[in-house]
Amino acid sequence: MIRLVPRSETSMGWQIATPVLAVLATMVMGGLLFAIMGYDPVAAIRTIFWDPLFGPAAGYSRPQLLVKAAPLILIASGLAIGFRAGIWNIGAEGQYIIGGITGAAVALAAYPADGMWIFPAMVLAGALGGWAWGMIPALLRNWFGASEILVSLMLVYVAEKIAAWMAFGPMRNPEGFGMPGSRNLTQYPPAANPELIAGTGAHWGVVAAALAVLATWFLISRHIRGFHIRTAGLAPRAARFAGVKPETLVAFCLGLSGALAGMAGLFEASGPAGQITDSFGSGYGFTAIIVAFLGRLHPLGILLAGLLLALTYIGGELAQLTLQLPAATVQVFQGMLLFFLLGFDLLTRFRVERTVTA
Amino acid sequence: MIDPLSVFLLLLAAATPILFAALGELIVERAGVLNLGVEGMMITGALAGFAAAHATGNAFIGFAVAALAGAAISMLFALLTQFLLANQVASGLALTLFGLGLAALFGKPLEGIKAPPMPAGPLKVNWIVWLGLLMVPLVWWFLNRSRAGLILRGVGENHDAAHALGYDVRRVRIAAIAFGGAMAGIGGAFISIATVLQWTEGMTAGAGWIALAIVVFSNWTAPGVLAGAWLFGGVTVLQLRLQAAGVSVPVQLLSMAPYLATIIVLVAISAMQKFSRRAGGGAPGSLGRNFHALR
Repeated sequence: MIRLVPRSETSMGWQIATPVLAVLATMVMGGLLFAIMGYDPVAAIRTIFWDPLFGPAAGYSRPQLLVKAAPLILIASGLAIGFRAGIWNIGAEGQYIIGGITGAAVALAAYPADGMWIFPAMVLAGALGGWAWGMIPALLRNWFGASEILVSLMLVYVAEKIAAWMAFGPMRNPEGFGMPGSRNLTQYPPAANPELIAGTGAHWGVVAAALAVLATWFLISRHIRGFHIRTAGLAPRAARFAGVKPETLVAFCLGLSGALAGMAGLFEASGPAGQITDSFGSGYGFTAIIVAFLGRLHPLGILLAGLLLALTYIGGELAQLTLQLPAATVQVFQGMLLFFLLGFDLLTRFRVERTVTA
Repeated sequence: MIDPLSVFLLLLAAATPILFAALGELIVERAGVLNLGVEGMMITGALAGFAAAHATGNAFIGFAVAALAGAAISMLFALLTQFLLANQVASGLALTLFGLGLAALFGKPLEGIKAPPMPAGPLKVNWIVWLGLLMVPLVWWFLNRSRAGLILRGVGENHDAAHALGYDVRRVRIAAIAFGGAMAGIGGAFISIATVLQWTEGMTAGAGWIALAIVVFSNWTAPGVLAGAWLFGGVTVLQLRLQAAGVSVPVQLLSMAPYLATIIVLVAISAMQKFSRRAGGGAPGSLGRNFHALR
């Protein structure tokens, strides 16, 4: 018989070991899946996890690592703060889309003006848009007790429809020959978010992601609000007695994660994506949930997890090109990763004991 | 001239996927488990059901396979939450992300294929629609009049007490999760086999999340679920009618209506539950909490 004995404290060693175990298990199961589908499992795993970094085309794919990781890290940093407090913002994808739209709106309104103020104003507008979109579930929860999980998620679909409306309607490029989609912001220098150092892939979103990691680390481990957040997540009643107002916390966490997701959306709209289209939603908002968990809701962990998931995106694209692997493989990998992580998590909270049956 | 009966029949069909998924989730939640994986189970059912219907040429076999597939994938969630004691919110999300990915992966070869024809049932209404309507009184009867339903509710209200009385909390919950998965699978298959008539990636488009909202709306009762599904069906049909009539509102804004309606109704019901005397409304007492027997 196997028995689970609760640990008095979560095990630090397993906290670090379980994400690694989860990645290894995903590779093994993924390889098995590839084998079933008729691909060479070793080649597939190598293409996804090794080649983007060290393979023959690594010169092209390595900079992409930062491009893909930045939005994930930015969004996950905000989500993790909420998750710690037991506040489930599942709608980061919607906040990302709205941030992209409000940020791009500034540029499109300013076009063709020139000015140093334009890009900072766009960043601000993107953050504000995401913040506002995140505040909708926050206020609806505070005022009416509506589940922030369901409301923030519904708002993803609403945001997708708004993006489609923008791309076909108000934001459509007047010089685009009737094609849906806004002006390409990368061709409008004051609004563009270019690569800052050639060959690295680093744009302003990467800078923002790095700052977000530092800021969330400071918030969680050094600031009184971070203490409140952790207390609220671990012992809600105790937090209440300590004077933590749950309403304030809900608004703070959803607003902050919304603002970060909105910024991620703007950096994407003005950089890698270049424009607002009807398919502006990229899935970063959902993948960031995996990043947050895989990173153990810790800023440093999120940094590493963001880079790893960025690797799966790039490796997945590479595998599409070279092995004709379907695009959805990456999604399956990411889902599998979260499954394994949640499963192995048992080890951080319980000791597995073998009992001798009498 | 709008024929009220034909509009009602359209509403019935539009409500069916949500009705199945929400009735399944109702049972799951009454057992004290919050499974946010409905969307993932629906898309799994949509694909598996479509594939089976296409392979056999029989839509009903498709629905049976969809139910099995939904139940099968729900067992991943059961394994995580019931044996490995993982957080239910995170596990449900994982199930949705995984299900969406898996369906997209295996659905690629089926794109562009037409669904096999389905024989119409009474009143030219699909048999599955009738089955969905029949499930409402059955679920109600099970929850409120059967012994097994009483045990299930006991497990959902207070798992420690149910355990002390000698009931196997874990077994009850696994059975409930499997039922929820099967129902979500049928709901998803209705979209691919009977509504859209083909397979497209991500075709459930949030129906699973709407089903979750409808369970809250229903105050955790079967008749409430029916009312919620019809309300949703009504908004969907109305929105499509307005689109067809060429109203001057952009199509994209009209297609937001079902999601906005879900939010509005969710907020209204949550407010009523919040300000009424019974805190939490009809929500089961152990909802979302994991059970671990120490002995």
